[in-house]
Amino acid sequence: MKIYNKTINKYLAAILFTSVLATACEKRLDVFPYQSISDDKALLSEGDVKVTLVGAYDGAQAVTVYGGDIMVMNELIGNGENINFTGTFAGLSDAFKAQMNANNSNALGTWSASYSTINRINNVLTAVDKVTSSTANKNSVEGEALFLRGSIYFELVRLYAKAVGDGDYATNPGVPLVLTPTGNVTDADYKARATVKAVYDQVIADLVKAESLLPSSNGVYATKWSAAAQLSRVYLALKNYTEAGAAANRVITGSGKTLATEVGKNWFTFINNGGTTPGEYLFSMKVTAQDGVNALNTYFGRTISTIAGTAGRSDCKIRPAHIAQYEDGDVRKTYFELSGGNYYTKKHLDRFGDVPVIRLSELYLTRAEANQRNNTSVGASPLSDVNAIRTRAGLPALSAVTLADILKERRLELAFEGQFLPDAKRTQTAVGTLAWNSPKLILPIPQREIDVNKQLVQNEGY
Amino acid sequence: MKKFFLLSFIASFLMMGVAIAQNTTVNGKVTDESGNPIAGASVLVKGTKTGVNSDAQGNFSISAQANKVLEVIAIGYESRQVSTNAKSFLIVLKSDVRSLSEVVVTGFGGSLIKKELTGNIARVKGKDIEYMPTPSVDAALQGRAAGVFVNSQSGKLGQAVTVRIRGNSSISASSQPLYVLDGIPVTSGDQSTYGGDMNPLTDLNPNDIESIEVLKDASAGAIYGSRAANGVVLITTKRGRAGKTQITFNLQTGQSEATKRVRMLNSTEYNELAMEAAKYSDDEEGIDYTDPYSYTQYMKDIMSYHSFGEWDKDPSKSYDWQDQAFQKGQYRQADLQIRGGNDKTKFFSSFQHLDQGGTIVGNELSRTTGRLNVDQQANSWLDLGVSLSLSRTYNRRLPGDNAFSNPLQSAALLPMTPFYDPNTGLITGTPPGDVNVGLYFNPRIQIDYAKYAQDVYRTFGNTYFKAKLLPGLTFQSEFGLDFLSQNEERYYQTQTVRNTSSSTGEGTNTGAFVTNYNTNSYFNYTKVAGVHNFAATLGMQYQQSQAKYNSITGIGFPSDSYQKIASAATKSGGSSSQTDFRFLSYFLRTNYTFNEKYIVAASGRIDQSSRFGKNARTGFFPAISAGWILSNEKFLMDNKVISFLKARASYGIVGNSEIGNFPQMGLFTGDAGYAGAAGQRPSQLRNDDLKWETTSQLDAGIDFGLFNNRVTGEIDYYEKNTSGLLLNVNIPATTGFSSMVRNVGKLENKGFEFVLNTQNLIGAFKWTTSFNIALNRGKVTDIQGQVIEGGVGSMNRVMEGEAIGVFYTAEWAGVDPANGDALWYKNTKNADGTIDRTKTNVFSQATRVVTGNPNPDIILGLTNTFSFKGFDMSVFFNGVLGNENNIYGMGRYSSASMRYEDNQTYDQMARWQKPGDITNVPQARLFYNNGAQISSRYIVDGSYIRLRTASIGYTFDSKKLNKFKLEKLRVYVSGQNLLTFTKYPYWDPEVNADDFDSNIAKGSDFYTPPQPRTILFGVNINF
Repeated sequence: MKIYNKTINKYLAAILFTSVLATACEKRLDVFPYQSISDDKALLSEGDVKVTLVGAYDGAQAVTVYGGDIMVMNELIGNGENINFTGTFAGLSDAFKAQMNANNSNALGTWSASYSTINRINNVLTAVDKVTSSTANKNSVEGEALFLRGSIYFELVRLYAKAVGDGDYATNPGVPLVLTPTGNVTDADYKARATVKAVYDQVIADLVKAESLLPSSNGVYATKWSAAAQLSRVYLALKNYTEAGAAANRVITGSGKTLATEVGKNWFTFINNGGTTPGEYLFSMKVTAQDGVNALNTYFGRTISTIAGTAGRSDCKIRPAHIAQYEDGDVRKTYFELSGGNYYTKKHLDRFGDVPVIRLSELYLTRAEANQRNNTSVGASPLSDVNAIRTRAGLPALSAVTLADILKERRLELAFEGQFLPDAKRTQTAVGTLAWNSPKLILPIPQREIDVNKQLVQNEGY
Repeated sequence: MKKFFLLSFIASFLMMGVAIAQNTTVNGKVTDESGNPIAGASVLVKGTKTGVNSDAQGNFSISAQANKVLEVIAIGYESRQVSTNAKSFLIVLKSDVRSLSEVVVTGFGGSLIKKELTGNIARVKGKDIEYMPTPSVDAALQGRAAGVFVNSQSGKLGQAVTVRIRGNSSISASSQPLYVLDGIPVTSGDQSTYGGDMNPLTDLNPNDIESIEVLKDASAGAIYGSRAANGVVLITTKRGRAGKTQITFNLQTGQSEATKRVRMLNSTEYNELAMEAAKYSDDEEGIDYTDPYSYTQYMKDIMSYHSFGEWDKDPSKSYDWQDQAFQKGQYRQADLQIRGGNDKTKFFSSFQHLDQGGTIVGNELSRTTGRLNVDQQANSWLDLGVSLSLSRTYNRRLPGDNAFSNPLQSAALLPMTPFYDPNTGLITGTPPGDVNVGLYFNPRIQIDYAKYAQDVYRTFGNTYFKAKLLPGLTFQSEFGLDFLSQNEERYYQTQTVRNTSSSTGEGTNTGAFVTNYNTNSYFNYTKVAGVHNFAATLGMQYQQSQAKYNSITGIGFPSDSYQKIASAATKSGGSSSQTDFRFLSYFLRTNYTFNEKYIVAASGRIDQSSRFGKNARTGFFPAISAGWILSNEKFLMDNKVISFLKARASYGIVGNSEIGNFPQMGLFTGDAGYAGAAGQRPSQLRNDDLKWETTSQLDAGIDFGLFNNRVTGEIDYYEKNTSGLLLNVNIPATTGFSSMVRNVGKLENKGFEFVLNTQNLIGAFKWTTSFNIALNRGKVTDIQGQVIEGGVGSMNRVMEGEAIGVFYTAEWAGVDPANGDALWYKNTKNADGTIDRTKTNVFSQATRVVTGNPNPDIILGLTNTFSFKGFDMSVFFNGVLGNENNIYGMGRYSSASMRYEDNQTYDQMARWQKPGDITNVPQARLFYNNGAQISSRYIVDGSYIRLRTASIGYTFDSKKLNKFKLEKLRVYVSGQNLLTFTKYPYWDPEVNADDFDSNIAKGSDFYTPPQPRTILFGVNINF
């Protein structure tokens, strides 16, 4: 026993050492990932907020959002008069035939990616106070985020809900309004659909504030004029022609942009412009070899061996009946490629072309329509606005215009850019054999969402 | 030697004379049956506390009175009692083959004699798996421990092995057991980036293993807490022994071959079936057979084109493309083991080199390992030691089963396609010849013109010190390191262009560096006081694991002579990443035995981990168990039949923390760049409550010994209930996420295990048998309505009320004798709730039902060993019964009534041909889908019984060897996978197609290479 007594202190020291080691270890359990960062460390500085804003653009650039699917759906649904869709993607071909079901993959894809982007935006907005370098910087970040959120809600409410004018939009269900970032998922995250009116109110609030905050020029990002242009569309949808015309007029007079001398200059970003965004674009999504896919190109495009850089699945063949609507001499009438016995629009042949969201021509036509309907001449007369578009297309100027002329010009000028269905609904024009307010022209709330969230009400017919 | 014995004998005899009736010093020597000294045997004067240990030469010296009894006990030997009056003090101990007195390792320095165990621990002795061509230790467990299901993915070398202990207890977390090597949890998960999962346990030399303990129940496992729900495999390596240095050299060489080939059609048969199928399609569409656009002409063109026109000249010429996929693999292995020491220093050291050729072309593995284990008694109270293993494993790996370049996919090529292009003399499909000849890409091109090399350098190191603090109380502290450094190089030459589109070469180089630090510190206390026997372990463990990965890919090489990325014109991809995890744990284990009859044990562990949410950082995992040795009670004491009987029961709670790293954190990820600017996005939702999956397990068992323990066995029943399963639960997408990980699901496993060991014959001719059989029934009880599926054709499904991963598909109903149409059962629900069992030829009318289960009902193992004089023989069968496999992967193309042009399996010749034909193979219809739809036609019985290993050896008489300075010389022949009894139609029922393998997706076959049949000749020499 003596030996033990002598040395017992040594052992105690060893034991003590172990316990110290043990307590030291406890702190070491706070381990963090490397390719990702903890959400509570992600939004601490101005830089963090700015990269999250880039992330929001990245979300908007998703194929199923402004990467092009929203525009593709707005062109395809029920549009057999102008397009022959021969693609094999069931989600799109069902949409084309206006025979969608609640499991439509595009309905789910656009819904999910849109709300994912909205969550990114809401993260930016919550942390925007971290942008302290200058008021201008803070205003720009907040304005861009609001522009994106307002734009996406505007797209969602048009795709997934009844149009304004179809019943009472103050009671018709719109889409769920999520305005704060998602943290822990609680019952509050199982949201019901807000009314169409509530969604539009939010869209206007976001876009009006965005226009006031945004700078006049902002590189590839959203500007004051992007917001005003989007606002003009929103007011058109609400049939508030005064505000629509005013917004369009602000863009035309304030943005400093002018109509391209040739129609063709509006396309082939990559091939013609070396990747520079066409001058007429007020907002578009950039596509490069490293990042992004142009879904308009995917479905409307086709590889034309004589034009380098072209690609696409050749899914959307343009019907001769559409082409026949252009007057002879219209440059736009020849802006189709005949290949393999079918016509393809040249607008979307460029694989790495920008995906246009809104461009200047539309604002001239919106101002014309608003003035025509209100019998005003804010900024310019309807005749001169329509003639601006016509002469650019190589057509003779008209001496007088009717509302129908303006709407026709709009249909042709903006063909295959994603305005077919929204314009049909707001002007209450039949789509093929379907009435403008047919439930078949409205996307289903994705079945997955109905299954998960009992608060959601499905659209009629699904 | 003889002289020495004689002298000591005489000396002892003389001493005895003066020893009568007084304490005197008694000397002796303890040896084994071959005369080798046994060091460390304890020699006790019975009924006193006087005792000594034998020294390195086996000698002891003890003070004792006459007419007393000396009891000599040594681990692994039958104990023996001798009178102090005995004439001889040469005490020869017999090896103990009766498992009840085996010492079982329980973790953290603990060990128990098997008969005192209250939990369920299966033990596999290193000796049983020594020198077998089993590439890794986990594969060696197959059939040797009851309730341990082992299934290799395929016959590819160094591939992952599925191990399920008492069923599958997780859906999305790992279900593999925790592997602990000499006290360190080791990296056992896949680290590769190509082909199927590799197996990091391949880096361990199986011949270094002394024993493997499988902790199966909660009472045994609770000391590993949140890591024990899938069972724990403790691997203990050999250590030195005091005594003469033993040098063992083992050399074995032989050959492997695939266990089976699938009979495919030859050219004549193919032509017959193809023409018949084309005729149907032509008739159906009213096309004239001579029409150049007819199906008939199309098939003729195909056969002509894909044979370079040779088929037109000689339609009977046939090539079995499996000849191009299989090869004979050479096997060479040399092992050197040196073991010895004295009473202060003991060492074990080993070297191994293994060269193994695969049975599939292009596959080879070589391994070089070295190990040194040293234990040093520093002074009277301090022991210390070190274990160090270094290894290099080189594996030339094969593509995943699902790749066109998988050599076995060449089975689908047409039998008229020659192996070599007659125009160029090169392998068919190699440029400058026509690359499109070969219905599909010829995998052989990728074997010859592409390379995939994996090099793993592995270090397992462990140092310890152990201090004797007080009598019975020791303190041990260990520091261990497991370092895995892996480099993978891949290069595709331009010849592979048809498969890889790499017209200018493509190279990839990846690195993985996984380090695992571990420290254990614990007290062990044992106290014997009369009839009370108490043992306790208390300690802590800290583990830190770090994994770093990087990769680079380059395209555009000047020529195929330049294969390093330095020469690539374009570095087309690159990445680096890192992920860590840490565990901090405290544990306690106590064991109390009263009067060698009643045993109670309790254990518990507190686990904290970086993987758990902040509200669930700490988990507590307790277990209790009790045993009653009935055979030590008076009423059984003198029973002639029952020599041992123990009833035992345990209950406890353990966890599964293999839930990935950081599943609980709210995360942002920096991959959301736009237009050249870097961006971040929220990527994962926070779940502060996220924690381990919890398994509670009840185990009740009986251990018995009959006829003086010549028959021993165990019977166990268990129930495992797992709750808090991690599931990806769908949430509204309006949150910005579609799912989040929550602990919500539940499942259960129940089963029986039965083990029987018998010594059928003792004496000159010895025959022993060990048999184990286990039944497990798994059932998912709650998955909150989630749809979880996987495997080939997404047929494996997780469903409430069913086992994990059951095959859920349309039910095949055979062939309509009237018209040769494929039929399925409708299985739709009638209005009255009954099931509509009408058959339909419209596939879409058939509802999916559960049609099979990849989990076996029964697993078993049977070992017989025989020895007579110098001869020894061992025969080991294992069996897996009652499971189904999914052959749709290949079946939909090759057992598909000529749906496509693929060569067909020979069973397709039994097709329906005319009205009235009764067959299970539908009419052959080219490009018409007649029965190749996804259905239970492709869910087949995967049961098998296999002669897994067998060996026969002869050991030369040691006396005759002395003049050659040899102690032992054994020559042997051993074999692996010699026979397989199965109804399985394809290559091998023991299959998990690597590209589809997951927790829930088991039993898929996708042109998966079969296990090798290996025959080795070996010689084992002891110096």
